[in-house]
Amino acid sequence: MPLNTETTDRPTPAPEEPVLLSETCAAGSLLSVSGLTLEAVSEILALATRLEKEDPLKRAERLAKRRVALLFYESSTRTRTSFELAAKGLGADTTLVSALSSSIEKGETLKDTGLTLRALGAEAIILRHPSSGAPWLLERETGLPVLNAGDGMHEHPSQALLDLRTMLAHLRPGRDTVTAETLAGVTVAITGDILHSRVARSNMLLLPRLGARVILCGPPQLLPAGAWRVGPGIEVERDFNKALAQARVVMMLRIQAERLAGLQLDLEEYKAGYQLTEARLAEFAPEALVMHPGPIVRGLELTGEVADGSQSLILEQVHHGVAIRMALVLRALTEAGRT
Amino acid sequence: MSTMLIHGGRLIDPASGVDALMDLVLRDGRVAEIVAPGRASVDPDARMIDATGLTVAPGLVDIHVHLREPGQGHKETIATGTAAAAAGGFTAVAAMPNTTPTNDSPEITRWMQAPERGASVRVYPIGAATRAIKGEVLNDYAALKAAGVVAVTDDGHPILHDEIMRQVLANATREGLSVIQHAEDTRMTGGCSMNAGPTAFRLGLRGMPPEAEYGLVERDIRLVTELASTGATPHLHVAHTSTARAVEAVRKARRDGLRVTCEVAPHHFLLTEEHVGAYDTNAKMNPPLRSAADRDAMLEGILDGTVDAVATDHAPHASHEKQVEFERAPNGITGLETALGLSLRWLHEEWKMPLKRVLSLLSEKPAALLGLQGRGTLAVGSFADVVIFDPAAEWIFRAQDSRSKSKNTPFDGWTMRGKVRWTISEGRVVYSGDVSS
Repeated sequence: MPLNTETTDRPTPAPEEPVLLSETCAAGSLLSVSGLTLEAVSEILALATRLEKEDPLKRAERLAKRRVALLFYESSTRTRTSFELAAKGLGADTTLVSALSSSIEKGETLKDTGLTLRALGAEAIILRHPSSGAPWLLERETGLPVLNAGDGMHEHPSQALLDLRTMLAHLRPGRDTVTAETLAGVTVAITGDILHSRVARSNMLLLPRLGARVILCGPPQLLPAGAWRVGPGIEVERDFNKALAQARVVMMLRIQAERLAGLQLDLEEYKAGYQLTEARLAEFAPEALVMHPGPIVRGLELTGEVADGSQSLILEQVHHGVAIRMALVLRALTEAGRT
Repeated sequence: MSTMLIHGGRLIDPASGVDALMDLVLRDGRVAEIVAPGRASVDPDARMIDATGLTVAPGLVDIHVHLREPGQGHKETIATGTAAAAAGGFTAVAAMPNTTPTNDSPEITRWMQAPERGASVRVYPIGAATRAIKGEVLNDYAALKAAGVVAVTDDGHPILHDEIMRQVLANATREGLSVIQHAEDTRMTGGCSMNAGPTAFRLGLRGMPPEAEYGLVERDIRLVTELASTGATPHLHVAHTSTARAVEAVRKARRDGLRVTCEVAPHHFLLTEEHVGAYDTNAKMNPPLRSAADRDAMLEGILDGTVDAVATDHAPHASHEKQVEFERAPNGITGLETALGLSLRWLHEEWKMPLKRVLSLLSEKPAALLGLQGRGTLAVGSFADVVIFDPAAEWIFRAQDSRSKSKNTPFDGWTMRGKVRWTISEGRVVYSGDVSS
């Protein structure tokens, strides 16, 4: 029976429509960049700037003695520290719960850990978790605002926002308001272990909405062929040199050995094809901005010279993280944060 | 036993081709007579059921359920699972062997069928193909069959080793048993929790490639072909088919004259991988929800007759087991109370499959493919297994109202068509729904 023509326009009534990720966010939560309108992105950027400029003593009154929990199931330096500094900078009390040294070790579930933190007075939870989607579970079960500080291979929305702030500082200085054209004409080449990277996913979902063109670059083991189908404005280019030649921004990613799950990868071959070296940079992208979410592995995805070089924005990204995360924590806890 | 007269209804029995206003007389647990309206002569104390405006059909048969006993009574018991079956119009269910311990002995097979289990409807145990479903040592099929097993499978732990599968097919054929395979090459699916593809990539979840299913189906069909060439007539039944190429492989095997059958679950002809949505663990099952093209191929296979049965893969899990990270949640959803309502709403109403054929997929054909004598038909002399439903009734399924011990379903809040009013198992009313509305 030839069904192919009939089945394409088959009606699916309203209650059976799949739930989209962007529709499930509670007020103040940030689980996915898909949950942010461009207006919300603009508000966060503007708020970050306002907070950064504010007198630290006045700033510390904003969330004085409010309680924020950092729940970290995976190790972290940058994200954890900057969220903590951000919350403390606003005057909040923070508490860190990590997988080792807590009842998580004794088998407590994410739901129960979340409910426990809520009972202890936490008003928002900042979660890093090895399972994709864990923040949705935590938000659903606790009803608290949840800030996704990285879930498995899925998303790292605060990283994408701080990456955006870093890019804007160089490409559109003074701009805090973004529109669908803000990054028109800007090509961003995200290179390396795309498959396992939550940073890549958040950036590839956010940047095209501001008009950027995103090129994903990497070998097939680390970049599946259909990756461009994730959203509009995304392309796949296997040849790193070709990607570099088009890029205004090149975003390098670490190979996530902890998530390779038996995947075989010849590192020498990888470096020959995808390592960002001074020579490559000079030949193909002498003007490009070099970014990396960290942690970097010098001598693997990029050379130490490139990391320390004049085109590198790696430490600037870290710096922007605190301002962005102050805005996100404030937004999570107050209505003022949402103006 | 007493007599029962079901009168005034539209009687549909796909097996005998009857579709007419007829009265049905049940006596001593069997179908006694089918007569023109008002023509039955029954004892004055016979129970009368007024089925005016309702459809009277053979009790439904689900050849793929997990009743969880022995050993996993916190998810479901034989009593609660069969109560859910009765509420869904089913009068016979075939229970998978992945219990604790696994059903690989006549003792467990008999235990499952014992009256103490409190089953509302007939339970047909399916035996483990290999000891402790480890895929190594074959069980004693003759002994299992004598105890009541109707088929063998290592469901959930597919038999990958060619030589073992060849032996399973050969031994089962010798005993006249069907071999059911959950087709999944687990060497390709480790750590995976949904279908491979752009959606899995976007959600950051590892995906099961479709070839993990169809590759094993094609391997099994090769083995059946080899065995058939020696004069044997093995029966391979592919459980919960979910990929276009697996259905195509079955279609071709049948054209080649092989005895290869397959079933499709309602979620695989209705939902796609997009329904994983915001990491909904009630959209996590194995095989996973697939692409829209695969979903359409399931429907096409149903409509063109390749698919032999709608089976639910009813797989209850306690709420605390499902309220965890998506990757950690167990696979499976309940299905016994939604299969009829979904099939009538979508296969019949939306996609215009004749009612008789829809009912056949839910009763006659599954009963026939496992050789369940006297089930799935209302022919005189068969078991008095009857479902009486209001074909026009539209209703909303609420998981919280489920008779199953577990509520893990993606169909909570869905609109169903066709409300079960009575379910009769071997002459006893095992479910009577709200008849006022």
